[in-house]
Amino acid sequence: MSLIGARVLRKEDPNLITGQGQYVDDLAPAACAFMAVVRSTEPHARIVAVDTSGARAMEGVLAVWTAADIATLPARPSSLPGMDMPLITGDVARFVGDVIAVVVAADRYTAADAAEAVIVDYESLPAVASLAQALAPDAPMIHPVLQGNTVFFQDYTQDLSAEFAAAPHTASLSLVNNRCAPVPIEPNVVLADWGPAGLTVWAAFQAPHHLRNTIAAFFGISQDTTRVIAPDVGGGFGAKINFASEIFLAAALSRALGRPVKYTQTRSECMVAMFHGRAQEHKVDVAFDDSGRILALQVQVTQDQGAYPDATGMGLPVLTTAMSAGCYKIPKVAVSWRNVVTNTTPVAAYRGAGRPEASYMIERVIDLVADETGVDPIDVRKTNFIPADGFPYQTHSPLAVYDSGNFAGALDELLRHVDYAALKAEQAARLADPTAKLLGVGFSSWLEIAGFGPPGSLEAFGHLASWESAQVRVQPDGSAIIYTGASPHGQGTVTTFAQIAADQLGIDFDRISVRHGDTAVIPQGIGTMGSRAVAVGGEGVKTASTRVFERAKKIAAHLLEATEDDIVVENEEFHVRGTPSKSVPWSQVAWKSFQPLELPAGMEPGSLDATVFQQVPNFSFPSGAYCCVVEIDRETGRVEIRNMYLVDDCGTVINPMLVEGQVHGGVAQGIAQALYEHMQYDESGVPRTATLIDYLVPAASDLPGYVSGRTVTLNPSNTLGAKGVGESGSVGAPPAVINAVVDALSHLGVKHIDMPATPQKIWSILRGSK
Amino acid sequence: MSTIETHTTHVTVTVNGRQVSDEVEPRTLLVHFLREQARLTGTHVGCDSSNCGACTVLIDNEAAKSCTVLAVQANGHKVTTVEGVGNGSGGFSPVQEGFRQEHGLQCGYCTPGMIMASTALLVENPKPNEHEIREALEGNLCRCTGYETIVRAVQWASTNGGAGEWA
Repeated sequence: MSLIGARVLRKEDPNLITGQGQYVDDLAPAACAFMAVVRSTEPHARIVAVDTSGARAMEGVLAVWTAADIATLPARPSSLPGMDMPLITGDVARFVGDVIAVVVAADRYTAADAAEAVIVDYESLPAVASLAQALAPDAPMIHPVLQGNTVFFQDYTQDLSAEFAAAPHTASLSLVNNRCAPVPIEPNVVLADWGPAGLTVWAAFQAPHHLRNTIAAFFGISQDTTRVIAPDVGGGFGAKINFASEIFLAAALSRALGRPVKYTQTRSECMVAMFHGRAQEHKVDVAFDDSGRILALQVQVTQDQGAYPDATGMGLPVLTTAMSAGCYKIPKVAVSWRNVVTNTTPVAAYRGAGRPEASYMIERVIDLVADETGVDPIDVRKTNFIPADGFPYQTHSPLAVYDSGNFAGALDELLRHVDYAALKAEQAARLADPTAKLLGVGFSSWLEIAGFGPPGSLEAFGHLASWESAQVRVQPDGSAIIYTGASPHGQGTVTTFAQIAADQLGIDFDRISVRHGDTAVIPQGIGTMGSRAVAVGGEGVKTASTRVFERAKKIAAHLLEATEDDIVVENEEFHVRGTPSKSVPWSQVAWKSFQPLELPAGMEPGSLDATVFQQVPNFSFPSGAYCCVVEIDRETGRVEIRNMYLVDDCGTVINPMLVEGQVHGGVAQGIAQALYEHMQYDESGVPRTATLIDYLVPAASDLPGYVSGRTVTLNPSNTLGAKGVGESGSVGAPPAVINAVVDALSHLGVKHIDMPATPQKIWSILRGSK
Repeated sequence: MSTIETHTTHVTVTVNGRQVSDEVEPRTLLVHFLREQARLTGTHVGCDSSNCGACTVLIDNEAAKSCTVLAVQANGHKVTTVEGVGNGSGGFSPVQEGFRQEHGLQCGYCTPGMIMASTALLVENPKPNEHEIREALEGNLCRCTGYETIVRAVQWASTNGGAGEWA
């Protein structure tokens, strides 16, 4: 029986539910010292002096470093030339959270005391806290090399003025995609141990080989003596692909002190130091006809990069603009983008990374067109969809050739769950009753770019390559170990990859282990991001398993004196097709695969071991349709989600339980962005939401239950047919929620409301309408 | 010379039925006492403002956030952590089993706190409805699951043995 599609319980769970998981902060090697960080409390300031004498004098303090102590080290990797993010800044602090000094002490509490005792003398400089401030004439500059604050500007890719002039209707929309903090419940944590035999770094990280390669290059040491281990990792959401400065500082301090150095970020530090996500502003113009058919779309994205541009952050608007047309066949699309620095925390990947921004934009545009034409939003979507037989579909962007999908099919499946007519009737009835809560219904038909990616795609973000590694090794007793470079942090990869391997190998799921997260154990690897683990890494497990199985069949055929083509495997027994009595167990085949005397001519011992660097020819394009039903309290402006209907198409489902988990989690983060979360700065650049008291990560009581449905179009770029599902929810949910909120308020003339749709914003609208 | 004068105090806590004693600074948080003195690392730290609940344990069978309790305050009391609620021979408590059965965890970092908060809920209210579960867990943040599977996990436990028993 195939395990593909089976609801298999996770191999990961027994450790994690009993407290036996091993996260970096759980490790306590002998003589481990603790690092603490002194961060800028100023958004933009000249550092006049750093007085470390008080800290140095404390008993138990082992080191206090300022910029002068790391003068020989390069800047943080993934920086841009001339705008480098120093590991420790010496002259100027450029955001609240910039590192000014680090201390190391023999214990955690002393390290914290010593960091407190470091006195920084600042001379405040004018700061730019927002895109508007950064782009104002004569704005203060952060990096003089820029002669302004724009790092990169791409003008509209084509001139659509003729199309807009000729169109029956046009409309425009300005959108803010609110800055979010990723908030994995485990912050950044690192433990570095630099001994005579080399450097070992345990890090809460999504791509251990990527980090190993980078650390080795950073210190000019050999990769063979540099080992990175990502043990259990407490969530990543994109933020743990970034090269946090603390990783390199802990390693440098371990080298200097000759003992292990551990750093555990506090939550308050994490809120300002772990790179943020989203932080885009969009100007959109759309041309359309009476039927709601879109004729042309023009999008300009302005991306806040924070104080130091990061290679990943620079790529976010590239993805947003590549996906700007969403699920729709739009004859003319022009895109433009601008990357801008501000005195805020740097911005990089956060679940979805550039794609939720595109989906939000185009799905708001669809509802705007519906509102302008009086055509129902469902019909506007159906009028403009790329048809199910329209694939492959070359978008306006050379990056995106959609390979499969059935957008109308997903929307139809959604409407099987949603009684749209009844909801619209209820909405009208409630409008007539001033004591009733307002009701709104919002849809999103979304797609995303996932399964990163074809050769060259991840290289553009600084990775070694875009394949993923898989090694399948059958042990002498017939059990198997799978090694993957797709190091997970909650996705359940150990389980799904064992399911894939079990199917190909004919070895029992319980006798397959999956290893990951250690560069000394895994041949090579890229990592888990961009919804790629199954679509690329899982495909690699399948390819390697197939190779091993073919060789095992050869050995079985030799032992059974049969021809290879007649060999089948059932219940871990190889037998000749149609003759179950003539059989040899997998354990025997495995054992003999190591014994030269037992092997067919020409076969080497140890051949049941295959390593694959799995490539894929294209990205994958998961898609779906969501519907959100909201109720709004007319007195308080509070939005409550009454129903959330989710239809996902991620291609082949390996494990429906895990797919549901990924969708729920992504949707929760999407709802959070739409209703609750906003990393805010005051006008001077001081963060206003730097704790979990002020930054509203939703709890169980703030989120709804979900109704799930499914459509399946296969991914043609791998044999599994799987597309990836890690980011889908975060892409599809925000527009569904905001479309519902706008729908609930549309009788007041509301055409748009920026995220997050807080009670305060809505209360102001409702009060203004009285 | 700005040396902080260090006083220590003797603390004895019964952790999962076993007495753990040590000399600690009076400011030592219970969560650090559990993780570093008792070497029970299942209890996690996720924030510094008692919002996330990753550090939730039972003190005398009631849920408490061990990052906002000093070790000295737990002196002489009974503390139960996620390591202490299973049956001791590798078996899971009903709540632990519920989290496994219903996919109530992904990265697992919030899970020990969720399990302990859920256990405390089921002690107080063995048959909670969905609303009661969501309200009872509002002090525990999970970034992975979206919570619905956690609600189902608690419901599973509620119908399959409840809070369970521990030392």
